[in-house]
Amino acid sequence: MKHLKIDNLHVSIGDREILRGLSLDLPTGQVHAIMGPNGSGKSTLAKVIAGHPDYTVTSGDILFDGESILVMEPDARARQGIFLAFQYPSEIPGVTIANFLRAALQARLPEGEELEATEYYAKLYEKMDLLEMPRNFTSRAVNEGFSGGEKKRCEILQMAMLQPTFALLDETDSGLDIDALKIVSHGVNSLRGPETGMLVITHYQRLLNYIVPDFVHVMINGRIVESGTKELALKLEAEGYDWATEPEAEAVGA
Amino acid sequence: MEGALVEGQWPEWFVASRQRGWADFEKLPAPAPKDEKWRFSKVKALALDSFRYPAAVADAAALVGRSTGLGESAARFVFGNNRLLAATAPAAELVKAGLVVMTLEEAASKHADLVEKHFMAHEAKLGSAKYAALHRSGPVNGVFIRVPENLEVVLPIEIFHWVEGENSAVFPHTLVVCQRQSKATVVDCFRSSDDAPAFACGVNDLVVEEGAKLNYVAVQQWSLATTAFHLNSTTVGRDAACLGMQVNLGGKFIRGESYSRMVAEGARSDMLSVNIASGEQMIDQRTFQDHAKPSATSDLLYQNALTGKGRTVFSGVIRVEPGAHKTDAYQKVRNIVLSDEAEANSMPGLEIEADDVRCTHGATTSQVDDRELFYLLARGIRPEAAQQLLVMGFFNTVLDRLPDARLRGPIESLVEARLKAALPA
Repeated sequence: MKHLKIDNLHVSIGDREILRGLSLDLPTGQVHAIMGPNGSGKSTLAKVIAGHPDYTVTSGDILFDGESILVMEPDARARQGIFLAFQYPSEIPGVTIANFLRAALQARLPEGEELEATEYYAKLYEKMDLLEMPRNFTSRAVNEGFSGGEKKRCEILQMAMLQPTFALLDETDSGLDIDALKIVSHGVNSLRGPETGMLVITHYQRLLNYIVPDFVHVMINGRIVESGTKELALKLEAEGYDWATEPEAEAVGA
Repeated sequence: MEGALVEGQWPEWFVASRQRGWADFEKLPAPAPKDEKWRFSKVKALALDSFRYPAAVADAAALVGRSTGLGESAARFVFGNNRLLAATAPAAELVKAGLVVMTLEEAASKHADLVEKHFMAHEAKLGSAKYAALHRSGPVNGVFIRVPENLEVVLPIEIFHWVEGENSAVFPHTLVVCQRQSKATVVDCFRSSDDAPAFACGVNDLVVEEGAKLNYVAVQQWSLATTAFHLNSTTVGRDAACLGMQVNLGGKFIRGESYSRMVAEGARSDMLSVNIASGEQMIDQRTFQDHAKPSATSDLLYQNALTGKGRTVFSGVIRVEPGAHKTDAYQKVRNIVLSDEAEANSMPGLEIEADDVRCTHGATTSQVDDRELFYLLARGIRPEAAQQLLVMGFFNTVLDRLPDARLRGPIESLVEARLKAALPA
């Protein structure tokens, strides 16, 4: 079992502190959900773990199996086994999904070793079938002109191909209708297993009906204020976040 | 360079034209740095004294063997140092249907009417009249293509021009006449057999008659020490379409001029270019979209990636002549600048003398997009490889416009190989 451990993490963008002493232990084999109102810092947490250059860690640590990853570049973190499914995936004009994923897999091979094309396509088609994506998707430019649902499916396709140790799913349900939500959730659930830990970030409880978490954390104002089992999500759905909001809390960041 | 040199069996009119070319070359002034048509260029690069008409290439068979890479073709002609090295004629049924693909020299006698009518029929107006005259005076060689009425030539016609030896000068010429309702694809490949400095002065004349469709691609891979002119003249008739793509991968100083005339209603001209300027390379391109008649379309998209001390110049004009209403003209140049020392100059321009037209133009210059880059890094792709992938994607948006899927892959591979050399991972 491996652990992604976040230890008393403080993160700022410019002068503004967004994460204010956040701690979390995500082991492989588990799915943790983070819920919280807009501006509580959920997306910041996901981006900081992935190494986004806009954010500064002012104190605390992120440990991948005991080793700090704060000194690692974003690409090295990804090769180490961290995957961020973006809330707003970028469009990459002129780069096909097939070429993009090939480059990502190639980057994980030892120097001088070439990706085996037949196996690559076999695996790609298998994962696309799982996500009910038509074959001609491979020759489309990454996310260019995609619907919201197609973008999210494309994120999960990448996750399925790269088989991360820890996956961070940032608002994967946003912009999805119920059919797309079911397909995406099915894809995510098929990737659950003892080798993978998942952090599912969401504003709504709805997603957690489909991706049932082992633990739920409530994040308010840059900290985790409550943790529990999946029933906690139902309580939030019924009662909102007010009960968990600290009196001095105010909305910060996105 | 010495005066007009005539080798081979050329008709009298051609010999006379060649002699006139030399006289014009000597008479016309060299470009001056202040000349508007040479703004941002490097006129110092145009010292041509050391270049000479070259001897034959050392190993013709070897160059013919290296003249591959674009797949199947309808006909293939290979030239080296201005001499024909090999020719694969079109299939018998195409010849029987009236397709003509032969050396300009042979055509100058056998199809004297067409060659005389179209060979450099238009003055070079974008700044290089002197070098057009030099071309006319030189030991011009190349291919004449006539695609007869209603014939569609499915496979591309490929022409390779090689230059070899230090200070060799070559004068490639391609003359294409697509007659009514015909279709063809022509590819010019310009290559150096060594790394030596050389000089190329190339011209093409593309004539696309009523309802015809021509795709013309030039893949320029001269050595990085070569100085070259590529002067393109395109005439598009009623409801006809010409797609011209210039791919510049080599050369030390490249001057490209593309003049496209829409001479009848419904004409369409697509002018595309992909350019990599790295090291000390300079790619200087001037274009003109000349709308002489109403209801014609022109669509220009030039994209440059610059690294090292690479420099590019784009100067383009859309001209809508009086009465050319319902013109639809588009002009866009996009630069990705990947180093602090690279320099991209863009001068888009409009001259509109008709009402009721739609003309848009624009130029953008930027670095690789940070959000796109982070997305690739977040998938484990290393920064250098990510940059290559993004720049290749940028070029693919132009290459995607090639209608011929057969050509698309090989050309993409050539661009990618050059990009990897210019932007090592």
